[in-house]
Amino acid sequence: LQGGGSAVIDMENMDDTSGSSFEDMGEMHQRMKEEEEEEAEGEAGAAEEEDGEFLGMKGLQGQLGRQVADQMWQAGKRQASRAFSLYANIDILRPYFDVEPVQVRARLLESMIPVKMINFPQKIAGELYGPLMLVFTLVAILLHGMKTSDTIIREGTLMGTAIGTCFGYWLGVSSFIYFLAYLCNAQITLVQMLSLLGYGLFGHCITLFVTYNIHFHSLFYIFWLGVGGLSTLRMVAVLLSRTVGHTQRLILCGTLAALHMLFLLYLHFAYHKVVEGILDTLEGPNMPPFQRVARDIPVVSNAVLNTTAKAVALTL
Amino acid sequence: FAGLADVSISEDIPVEGEITVPVGSQSPDEDFSTLDEPVRDTILRDLKAVGKKFVHVMYPKKSSTLLRDWDLWGPLVLCVSLALMLQGGSADSKDDGGPQFAEVFVIIWFGAVVITLNSKLLGGTISFFQSLCVLGYCVLPLTVAMLVCRLVLLAGSGTVSFIIRLIVVAAMFGWSTLASTAFLADSQPPNRKALVVYPISLFYFVISWMILTFTPQ
Repeated sequence: LQGGGSAVIDMENMDDTSGSSFEDMGEMHQRMKEEEEEEAEGEAGAAEEEDGEFLGMKGLQGQLGRQVADQMWQAGKRQASRAFSLYANIDILRPYFDVEPVQVRARLLESMIPVKMINFPQKIAGELYGPLMLVFTLVAILLHGMKTSDTIIREGTLMGTAIGTCFGYWLGVSSFIYFLAYLCNAQITLVQMLSLLGYGLFGHCITLFVTYNIHFHSLFYIFWLGVGGLSTLRMVAVLLSRTVGHTQRLILCGTLAALHMLFLLYLHFAYHKVVEGILDTLEGPNMPPFQRVARDIPVVSNAVLNTTAKAVALTL
Repeated sequence: FAGLADVSISEDIPVEGEITVPVGSQSPDEDFSTLDEPVRDTILRDLKAVGKKFVHVMYPKKSSTLLRDWDLWGPLVLCVSLALMLQGGSADSKDDGGPQFAEVFVIIWFGAVVITLNSKLLGGTISFFQSLCVLGYCVLPLTVAMLVCRLVLLAGSGTVSFIIRLIVVAAMFGWSTLASTAFLADSQPPNRKALVVYPISLFYFVISWMILTFTPQ
């Protein structure tokens, strides 16, 4: 039985369409505001007394309309703040940053050592501090490479491109491999995949740091195969240990190896410069015009041009 | 609480102890009165506060002034002046004048936000804006380095000038990192200081490297 003067609001009579949660909210709120309602109703009743009906529907609806609107607003505000505190709460990420410097150093070194035991699932630490720092370091190295190679980005900034490339690779390839792992029934979670790929970027950082400054193609290829290969092998071995079935292993590990090695290749050749460019940066505009290092490409392109011209001449 | 009704203190037992009344911050009174004061007074007061913080950065002692009364005016002024000085320093300055300013601005603020989030996630006790304030103010040595570099580049741009600029920028980079570490690392658990110092040093390294590779037109 409802107490006199405070009625449970019958939502069906109102023309706003509200979900059930609002009804609950409305009820809770209404119970909390019971005294205010009684006072307000008393005042409204006193004002509407000439209608004769103290609890007449007309007076009540005007009053109730305002109160319902107020309750909807409060309920909405409460839900929004709850959602905000749930999703914008950085404490969700806090457990992934719970590391010691010794652990980070150990994991960095481990990321270059392929494991031998692939029949037993290897442990992957689900930590995000190391990978995040490695991605930022890669961004800094990439920025250095882009500047010294005099890359000109139109319709954008160097910084935006560097950040977009590195974060896009880390997040995008991790999600893609996680999706493939889901298809191939591999035992790995998304955070573990992010962590694994992030630490795999350590090899990339070393390689690019050395080869953006000392610029010889043969040195780059040695680093690419050696350092890049080692970190790829480590990631592949860990994934192998967590997958069963030959086809699945082949798909998963082949994709990861290909993407990882190709990314390093892309980062080197996209921001490529010649040796004399270093001197240009150091000595400013007073350098005499430099000669580019001769490459095989003009010979190839000449041959291509010649054969094309001959083919065109033959057809005409 | 009913049982304590009959407890009473007899008058011959002296009551001892210390009572320290916390000095209320006078900002409510000031807020009322700062509306009526002339604009010059407000600006001068804010400038003095900013100047005091500059002094604290240049001589980093363990004081909490930077943390207690944080403000973002100083970082804004430093960031804008640094970005203006770094503008127009790329190879093709015809269409790179714009992005250069935006780059520096974005690097400084985005980097500061990331470092703050990182130190909070690692269990730091400092608040978001305090950390932004400290990181912004510690860009001051690098701004000084930028001024010096520009002056040196006016004189000439050979190897000697490069070496001078390298030394100056390296010294200022060290100063910035030390200053910000002095303020920020205290808020971390002691064994995790290295985890917070690394992103800070990377941040200032990127800025110093942008200053060092600046070539005027």
